[in-house]
Amino acid sequence: MTTRARDTLIGWALLAPAMTLLVAFTHWPALASLIESFYSTARPRRPARFVGTANYEQILADPVFWQAFSNNLLYAAGTIPVSIALAILMAVWVNDRIPGRTFARVAYFTPTVLPMIAVANIWLFFFTPGYGLLEQITGAFGLPSHNWLGSPETALAAVTVVAIWKEAGFFMIFYLAALQAIPPVLAEAASLEGASRWTFFRRVQFPLLMPTTLFVLINAVINAFRMIDQIIVMTRGGPDNATTLVLFYIYQVGFSFWDTAYAAALTVVLLALLGLVAFVQYGILERRVHYR
Amino acid sequence: MKDIAVEGISRRWGEAAAVDDVSFTVAAGTLVALLGPSGCGKSTTLRLIAGLDQPSAGRIRIGGADVTGLPPARRGIAMVFQSYALFPHLSVAENILFGLKVRRVEPAERADRLRRVADMLGLAALLDRKPSQLSGGQQQRVALARAIVAEAAVCLMDEPLSNLDAQLRLEMRREIRALQTRLGMTMIYVTHDQSEAMTMADRIILMRAGRIEQNATPAEIYGRPATGFAGRFVGTPPMNVIPAAAAAGLPGLQPPAGPHTLLLGIRPEAVRLDPAGLPAEVVAAEYLGADTLVETRLGGSPFVARFAGRVEARTGDVLRLGWGPEAAHWFDTGTDRRMN
Ligand SMILES: Nc1ncnc2c1ncn2[C@@H]1O[C@H](COP(=O)(O)OP(=O)(O)O)[C@@H](O)[C@H]1O
Ligand SMILES: [Mg+2]
Repeated sequence: MTTRARDTLIGWALLAPAMTLLVAFTHWPALASLIESFYSTARPRRPARFVGTANYEQILADPVFWQAFSNNLLYAAGTIPVSIALAILMAVWVNDRIPGRTFARVAYFTPTVLPMIAVANIWLFFFTPGYGLLEQITGAFGLPSHNWLGSPETALAAVTVVAIWKEAGFFMIFYLAALQAIPPVLAEAASLEGASRWTFFRRVQFPLLMPTTLFVLINAVINAFRMIDQIIVMTRGGPDNATTLVLFYIYQVGFSFWDTAYAAALTVVLLALLGLVAFVQYGILERRVHYR
Repeated sequence: MKDIAVEGISRRWGEAAAVDDVSFTVAAGTLVALLGPSGCGKSTTLRLIAGLDQPSAGRIRIGGADVTGLPPARRGIAMVFQSYALFPHLSVAENILFGLKVRRVEPAERADRLRRVADMLGLAALLDRKPSQLSGGQQQRVALARAIVAEAAVCLMDEPLSNLDAQLRLEMRREIRALQTRLGMTMIYVTHDQSEAMTMADRIILMRAGRIEQNATPAEIYGRPATGFAGRFVGTPPMNVIPAAAAAGLPGLQPPAGPHTLLLGIRPEAVRLDPAGLPAEVVAAEYLGADTLVETRLGGSPFVARFAGRVEARTGDVLRLGWGPEAAHWFDTGTDRRMN
């Protein structure tokens, strides 16, 4: 055997365990979903049969899907910019030499370490009408009581706030790592030139953080469309589908209504959407991002 | 043109003092080298003058004004860092103009000044490049340009040439010195390379363990080192400093009178072959072209001699070495201070 052939063989052998898991639990299910989406859901007396694009046509005509989709867009538009901005702000803040910065870093990162279920439960208490923390505060100022998670107008916003609170700390870690990779001597050079803190951030730190921002942005978009645990604990999609997001809707269709074929079609749509987003972000933004 | 006065500054980190009660002045328009081994407090001293760090004690004056409490930007200084500290995402032009933009200098004047420094430093063709697309020497020039374009009266440099290869270092030494003279800048130049300090500086401030060992012109520091340390640090190869007893047999050697135990310092280039001299056993010989370095043992101490041209000396040979009376530097064994 030539060295080259042997290297190839060893390479594949080393890849095999991970590859097996990926194929079994990621690639194959994705492919299976794609195939299943062109069939009808099997019922006790009616086996699955090929229905072509019927499931996809149903999606286009499904008002709940469109509501879930627009909810999801609103949720993404609410969480992504705010959590990224907060993450940068917190990272810049705890990266500077402030007293107690280790404590601040830990404090900001804590929400990320907590399981979403626990986080959601904590916030459920905050939002509880009557005696929740929020009510106690607004009550102290004499404001009327409000059921934040129970009214369609505020439920999605309430869920969004929780997501921001959780995501910002996570993204902060990436920004903090990137900030620490910027040599401190650049800050000194800028301060010699008379640059204010803000100028230094705008002209030096922020541009140098662009690769991180791209990475975080893609993760944030994917997270926004992957969010489900929080919805399950806090609102179960209600009231009146006001907090139904796409993945939660898929879960409902698949495991509450047991319409697996339709759920498969919805899954394919979601996957295609995420793929497109990642492609656009890497394709377009990457060219404008400075890599050292 | 502005002078600099450093008055009794110290910088402590916990117990240890990186800079310990240091005072010196730099006359306007001159270049002073802060010289010393690694860790002796040169960078800390420079950073205190720049305002990047605060002294634990002492005052700093620039052009007569007390700047001790002022932020770096208000001290009227420019600085070149060892690592250049160029902004990696900005082009050469933007790097050079960074400070002028921050200070809101008119665009027309900015362009004018950019053109002038770019021409001066041969950067005109590189203005659109990113720092990562430049060689080390070119990056060094950009850092220099950024310091010059500010037209500050005082320029501080922290080992600006240590990342360059030997050839380029020699060129840049001359270039920096020429610029400094032409623009009349007051410059403090930090280096651990004694030949850099010797060739460039009007005065050398030699530091050791946070204190000033000697503050003198290059000629003085070479000709009359204030301590044994100064003698060994300046000059290549370093001065031989041996116990006076090792050279006791040499006729004409006159140690200064007094109760001290003495060290004798002899520069390798002051040593000659002398039939009436002291016997020294050759350990190794290095032929360098213009001269030969002979490493010997003299009275039990290592002793290096430098002879012009080629000298035949094999390991184990015994040479007789001597020197003129003016070549002897005497130091106190205890305090290391010069005694003659
Ligand atoms: N930020 C710091 N914290 C603690 N000690 C420091 C710091 N900076 C420098 N030192 C110490 O101060 C001494 C002098 O350092 P420095 O001025 O950088 O030396 P040089 O530039 O002459 O090599 C060294 O012993 C170094 O370890
Ligand atoms: Mg240093």
